[in-house]
Amino acid sequence: MKRFILSALFFIALLLIWHLLVLAKIWSPVLLPDPISVWEYLKGAAADGTLLEASLVTMRRLLAGYFIGLAAGLPLGLLTARFKFCEDTIGVLALGLQTLPSVCWVPLALLWFGQTETAMLFVVIMGTLWSVIIATDNGVRNVPPIFARAARTMGSKGLHTWFNVILPASLPFIVSGMKQGWAFAWRSLMAAEIYVTILTGFGLGHLLHYGRELNAMDQVIGVMLVIVAIGLLADKIVFAPWERFLHRRWGTGRA
Amino acid sequence: MSIREELENVVPAKLAVERVSKRFFTGQSGEVHALDEVSLQVNVGGFLCLVGPSGCGKSTLLNIIAGLEKPDSGQVLADGKPITEPGRDRMMMFQEPALFPWLDVMGNVLFGLKLKPGLNDKERREVAEFYLKLVGLERFMHGNIHQLSGGMKQRVALARALAPNPRVLLMDEPFASLDALTREQLYGDIQEIWAARKKTIVFVTHNVREAACLGNRVILFSPNPGRIREEFKIDLERPRDINSTQLASYSTEIMRALKGYVTVEVAE
Repeated sequence: MKRFILSALFFIALLLIWHLLVLAKIWSPVLLPDPISVWEYLKGAAADGTLLEASLVTMRRLLAGYFIGLAAGLPLGLLTARFKFCEDTIGVLALGLQTLPSVCWVPLALLWFGQTETAMLFVVIMGTLWSVIIATDNGVRNVPPIFARAARTMGSKGLHTWFNVILPASLPFIVSGMKQGWAFAWRSLMAAEIYVTILTGFGLGHLLHYGRELNAMDQVIGVMLVIVAIGLLADKIVFAPWERFLHRRWGTGRA
Repeated sequence: MSIREELENVVPAKLAVERVSKRFFTGQSGEVHALDEVSLQVNVGGFLCLVGPSGCGKSTLLNIIAGLEKPDSGQVLADGKPITEPGRDRMMMFQEPALFPWLDVMGNVLFGLKLKPGLNDKERREVAEFYLKLVGLERFMHGNIHQLSGGMKQRVALARALAPNPRVLLMDEPFASLDALTREQLYGDIQEIWAARKKTIVFVTHNVREAACLGNRVILFSPNPGRIREEFKIDLERPRDINSTQLASYSTEIMRALKGYVTVEVAE
């Protein structure tokens, strides 16, 4: 409780400083809007459905790309850990492409797919896939060999060992890879939405973009806050339960 | 199979190691001759301890009996049948507990049982509970592995190894990383369980006193090439106390033999 109060006080102080800076009139209100006007924007945009719709469009794109990235990345990571051939091919590719900031895929996606949903999806998948492959590969390699030996003496072999020993044993690594993949996907989607104007859906990135075009700083900051809030929420809803489980079972904060 | 049958004692197996050899090739030191034409027998329900300095191949022999490794030549027979792969009739305990941290205590004991056909889920749980009770950990059934002490972890590992009702129990220095007090308790427990559950046990250790305390027979190995050096029969009543003086006379005898050939080899 004490920690919560301290944390709340910190953010109230932050808002106050912001408000005082606006009152001091150092910068034009066009550049630094009042927290109250940001709040008014958020209220208005929430009331007329703009925010909700944009959030839904963005989440739909994010989830689609993220799950495709996961569904492809997990098995590929298992393959690179298991087979030398895959390690030398897909593994090297993943290692290289993981260093590429996902926003760098945007120009290519635009040229290949044009201003379409496919371009968005492509960018999100590229943001997710490589880090999931590498995390899975890394997780599998870090499984103590004694686990597989012990399982073998109990009659486990082949796919049973993979699904019941190797995969769960690498869970801490996989969850942190999934989390990283999520963060990358989220960042790359925002970049894509800011760059790519498409008619099939108006996401949060677009709102942000048009806020700038219209010089509507209250909208820019308001949308930024929403993006932060969604990121935090996803962390709490999607990953926190996994991490709690890992913490309880493994007794560590390894993830 | 009914649960009653499942929990009944199985007939322990007779093991025969026949002229088993095994070499390892390592990067720097070249070749290690872990086992050189080793032959030995373990009687039905016998408790055999293998002792020797590290590198004498005793763990390798255990892994070969478990079916985790293959010999270069020779074979191991369990009741006359050659061992080619791991099997539920021979369960193994390692120096590390090797328990699975993603499962709770119950889940760990159930792991091998789930791979055993002929039982339904309820029966499997009953069997697992039976063995957790046997090692005195039924209260920790739903506990997490990381919350257990080292001794408790090895007890869970023992329950996990016993649960599929194997005929042979292979133990690779299972108590080496425990503190002395916990170890002494486990010496008592393992003797009790051996008497109650009638298993053939092969127990690897480098602790001579431990070997004399547990084994009916103690076989002394010498390293490189790994060979059987000497065999001792331990005719003491059970349960044996590791601190008893009669036991001390056996362990000094074994120790003297061990030191004898180790120093001879150094002198050579």
